[in-house]
Amino acid sequence: MARYIARRLLWVAVLLFLVSLVTFVIFYVFPTADPAQLRAGRHASPAQVEQIRHRMGLDKPLLVQFGNYLRDIFTKGDFGYSYVNEQPVKELILARVPATISVAVGASILWLFFGVLVGVISAVRRRSKLDRTAMGLALVGISAPEYWLGLVALYLFADDIGLIPLFGSANSYVPITSDPFQWFNSLILPWSVLAISFAAFYSRLLRGNLLEVMGEDYIRTARAKGLTERRVVLKHGLRSALTPIVTVFGMDLGLLLGGAVLIEVVFNIPGVGRQAYDAILRADLPMIQGTVLLGAFFIIFANLVVDIVYAFLDPRVRYE
Amino acid sequence: MAPLLEIKDLKVSFDTDDGVVHAVDGVSWSIEPGKTLGIVGESGSGKTVGGLSLLGLTRSARTEISGEAIFDGRNLLDLSDEELRSVRGGPISMIFQDPLSSLHPYFRVGSQIVEAIQAHQKLSDAEARDRAIELLGLVGIPDPALRVDSWPHEFSGGMRQRAMIAMALANEPKLLIADEPTTALDVTVQAQVLDLLDRLRNELGMAMVIITHDLGVVAQTADEIAVMYAGRLVERASAEELFSAPQHPYTWGLLRSIPRLDSPPGEPLIPIDGRPPSLINRPTGCAFAPRCPYAGPSCLVEPPALTPAGGVDHSAACVLDVSARAKAWKALAAGGGPDDAKGILGVES
Repeated sequence: MARYIARRLLWVAVLLFLVSLVTFVIFYVFPTADPAQLRAGRHASPAQVEQIRHRMGLDKPLLVQFGNYLRDIFTKGDFGYSYVNEQPVKELILARVPATISVAVGASILWLFFGVLVGVISAVRRRSKLDRTAMGLALVGISAPEYWLGLVALYLFADDIGLIPLFGSANSYVPITSDPFQWFNSLILPWSVLAISFAAFYSRLLRGNLLEVMGEDYIRTARAKGLTERRVVLKHGLRSALTPIVTVFGMDLGLLLGGAVLIEVVFNIPGVGRQAYDAILRADLPMIQGTVLLGAFFIIFANLVVDIVYAFLDPRVRYE
Repeated sequence: MAPLLEIKDLKVSFDTDDGVVHAVDGVSWSIEPGKTLGIVGESGSGKTVGGLSLLGLTRSARTEISGEAIFDGRNLLDLSDEELRSVRGGPISMIFQDPLSSLHPYFRVGSQIVEAIQAHQKLSDAEARDRAIELLGLVGIPDPALRVDSWPHEFSGGMRQRAMIAMALANEPKLLIADEPTTALDVTVQAQVLDLLDRLRNELGMAMVIITHDLGVVAQTADEIAVMYAGRLVERASAEELFSAPQHPYTWGLLRSIPRLDSPPGEPLIPIDGRPPSLINRPTGCAFAPRCPYAGPSCLVEPPALTPAGGVDHSAACVLDVSARAKAWKALAAGGGPDDAKGILGVES
């Protein structure tokens, strides 16, 4: 197991290298704008632009630029400086991470709870009106784009523009350390919108899994032992039906920790997703690199964690 | 002796999208304490559904179950789900065909047995665990104190079935229903498991119903054998009599299809021609008539009832003459073909 983890960690490094390479290549093959020109401003003379280009190191060959970037990461833990405000990328991103974690973790707790709850009820009451209604709504939840749901939620419930002003509006996010109540209030809508999309998917997934599991021979055995139906479903059935959900959950959480771009933009939450969005608009390569690497790290790392957790969940799985 | 369990006119049908499937259609049998009953039939004959229905394991909105199953003075078919739950795994327990898929892959063998114990007895975890170890030892698992913490996938097929038996015995049942207990096992292990079941039945004084498609499985262990075909009983007799003087043409077919050690090498096996009928649109008369070489017009009128056929407690569901059937089997057993039997039975070739 330890060797397996060590091997996988090595792969994490290789993959992150490839991700930064691909990001770098995409940035120069499909240029959005000239960073030096942007930095210099509208009325700069060509000479000034060239001077800025030289100062930013953009006049060096691409391979050298990329090599310098990697060298600084490995030797100094330095992820470069933003082209826009010349501040260290690492600090800028780390400052945004708490907001993204707040969004992702809060939403994931909600969607896991409601997804599993609705999935179990639908599976147990299969073909009932409750099941059909829940699964119909879930289909709507899966189909509706997050940003649209977000806008609808703001128009309905935000305390500035909402028809029924209940919860914090867009742009009301504050760190939990400064005002826990407002932090919570500002996140209710983004959490709910994210949770609706994911819970819809999870409930359908879990319902399908559970229905399949309930036809297994070992469920018949559990009933033949004289266990209560409640225990048969919640212990024997759910134990099997939840195991594949863990994989999906790990990946989804990993993805969101790298920045919930759409939600952060719609609700104007200062998270990493919003930061990546801004960096792309401003052709700010070091910031793009930094946010992409962070996102890639969370996804790859979540993958690793899921695989390790799986070995504990399914005793038949053994690595090596 | 008063029967331990008495089934009267058990009917089970499933409402499916293709039509109503009459899986069990008016079956009656009984079993006395400490005895073994073998229920024999091919796939789809309703033998498994009958067993599952006794314990309510086929209950659903689309299942219709009628008849009586008197156990301990109560009709199992009338019990509420909760009352039946206390019967399942308690006084009546069941083991199944495939011991790998019948054990939960994510729980240790011991904890699955502990769960069975605690479903019916108020024992502490430690006490239940000791009992589980004792049970694993009883069914012949080596090092039970160690093996109690194994996962099902670490057991061989035979050990898994032993573990299933240990689980079934957890609450000292009066009746054990074994549904194809050896079908998924290697031949050598089959004999071990059958021996074990018979020994345990004897030691624990319980009764046993063995459901199987293989007459060989019940030949040694059963006191009485019931043969099922298309949801009905076609013959009932003591094991001895069923093998020596079978009365139903279907039973003849089953017995003749068993390969014999003393038959010359290369001699073809004798199959029963045709296929079992659909349980949705059944033949109006005897369900076996379409496959029966001896069927005449009288067979197509209505399904024949079980009637006395020769020996003590021997009955068969066939309209042909009892004494002619006895002679016909003698001719078949002596090596004659269906044509010889047809002459004796007075059926035109």
